[in-house]
Amino acid sequence: MNEKDIKEMRLSILKAIEHDGRVDLNELAIRLGLDATDIANAMSDMEKEGIICGYQTLIDWDKTDDERVTALIEVRVTPQRGQGFDSIAERIYKYPEVDSVYLISGGFDLMVIMEGRSLKEVSQFVTNKLSALESVLSCATHFIMRKYKLNGTVLAKKHEDERMLVTP
Amino acid sequence: MRDPIAKKVAGMKSSGIRKFFDIVSEMPDAISLGVGEPDFDTPWHVRDEGIYSLERGRTFYTSNSGLMELRTEICRFLRSHYEVSYDPASEVLITVGGSEAIDIGLRAMLEEGEEVIIPEPSYVSYLPCTIMAGGVPVELSLKEENEFRLTAEEFREAITPRTKILILPFPNNPTGAIMERKDLEGIAKLCIEHDIFVLSDEIYAALTYKNDHVSIASLPGMKERTILINGFSKAYAMTGWRLGYACGPKNIVEQMTKIHQYCIMCAPTTSQYAAVEALRHGDRDVDEMREAYNERRRFLLHEFKRMGLQCFEPYGAFYVFPSIKEFGMTSDDFCTKLLKAKKVAVVPGTAFGECGEGFVRISYAYSIENLKEALGRIEEFITELRNKR
Repeated sequence: MNEKDIKEMRLSILKAIEHDGRVDLNELAIRLGLDATDIANAMSDMEKEGIICGYQTLIDWDKTDDERVTALIEVRVTPQRGQGFDSIAERIYKYPEVDSVYLISGGFDLMVIMEGRSLKEVSQFVTNKLSALESVLSCATHFIMRKYKLNGTVLAKKHEDERMLVTP
Repeated sequence: MRDPIAKKVAGMKSSGIRKFFDIVSEMPDAISLGVGEPDFDTPWHVRDEGIYSLERGRTFYTSNSGLMELRTEICRFLRSHYEVSYDPASEVLITVGGSEAIDIGLRAMLEEGEEVIIPEPSYVSYLPCTIMAGGVPVELSLKEENEFRLTAEEFREAITPRTKILILPFPNNPTGAIMERKDLEGIAKLCIEHDIFVLSDEIYAALTYKNDHVSIASLPGMKERTILINGFSKAYAMTGWRLGYACGPKNIVEQMTKIHQYCIMCAPTTSQYAAVEALRHGDRDVDEMREAYNERRRFLLHEFKRMGLQCFEPYGAFYVFPSIKEFGMTSDDFCTKLLKAKKVAVVPGTAFGECGEGFVRISYAYSIENLKEALGRIEEFITELRNKR
């Protein structure tokens, strides 16, 4: 396989597994017209290269009894000499409660997404941990009330096939 | 009372698919692989443009030919995708689906008794529309050994001095067959030699899985004798919007527009605005849907091979057309029994012409999960049939 083929293969694999991490590799090989061993090798290469960072499950926790609260927190910080935002971002993302951290353009600097068991737990984290960090100037916390769509999947309602059963 | 019904209409067979539809309708829990339309929704940005046109109050008639904006986009699209140039002002007509274009194209061109060569198996409307237009249908049976392509030899044998039109239904429903450039060249040569016009139904042109589709209109000397029919239903998953178009020589399009003007007025305005958006920004959607269909196509063919079910490899549309001859029953019988025993609906090949006998049409406009479930049942069914013999 030449470099271009490998690039194309990698892209088709990524597109296929992006929304279905559990796809059977033999079946994927048939669907893409590729060799299953080539696919497995490409995937393990991409895992090593950090292109594939993990295989997770998309869960709508609201449908379970487990109480969870998700918050988006806009954080304004003072960048540090020689390190920009990286070191403050690291101090934040090391907390296990923190789900995602993005560096953002615009009115604030970091977008932190975190999950807690209750409003109180999230509030305490923001007040005691996040705001207390030296370079943090301010935090604005937004609690998520309902998730309609997550990672490309609509959680709100299932799509029914409304086509007639047989058409020419 | 006099018989209110015209003999021409009373004598027309109702579509074989209709009969099968009635049987399937009584089994609402059946899994169907019998649908001739995409399973995708119309891309949201296209639907949104339709909604926006309603909000803006664009609820009036358009010109008979359709929005100039849309005709211009169609011409741009055909030039860049299929290397054929039309004048938006005089060579394009927006129709209510490709179906209307087929009907009025035939009506505009046929004199009583002139022959229309219809390669079969093919879409159900060519034959009745030919009869309604006063023409004489000449059915031409395509062969599995040629991958259901139309060969120049077959075409030549069907030509008589009364032949006026050749219907060219590729990529084909129900077989999934395509015609490549080399196939079309032989056909074009005969059309020019015998002064025959072509009604080229290219509604599935966006869905080919080998080389890009070639329109016969792009071949030398053919644009002036071809009505190119295409539309939005299959490529952009817009079946319910009922929007298609016909392109061709000015003198023919002018006459078609006259018929269209009297019986349709104009194609739905909302759909026309949505279609402009589809042509301007829909290429990526089409690519994604095509790739999804192709994955399913490969999957189905692989599964048929594993089951030992004979099927040529189709490179177009979203159908496969496996042979069921080994089971020694008619297509109708096979489909009815499959439906009753395993609750899977597929369409008998005979719904698309008598030469479809011994085949069934299976649509892959379904998710892989759906296909897997249905294929599992089909495998059970054919294993039982094989064990009985």
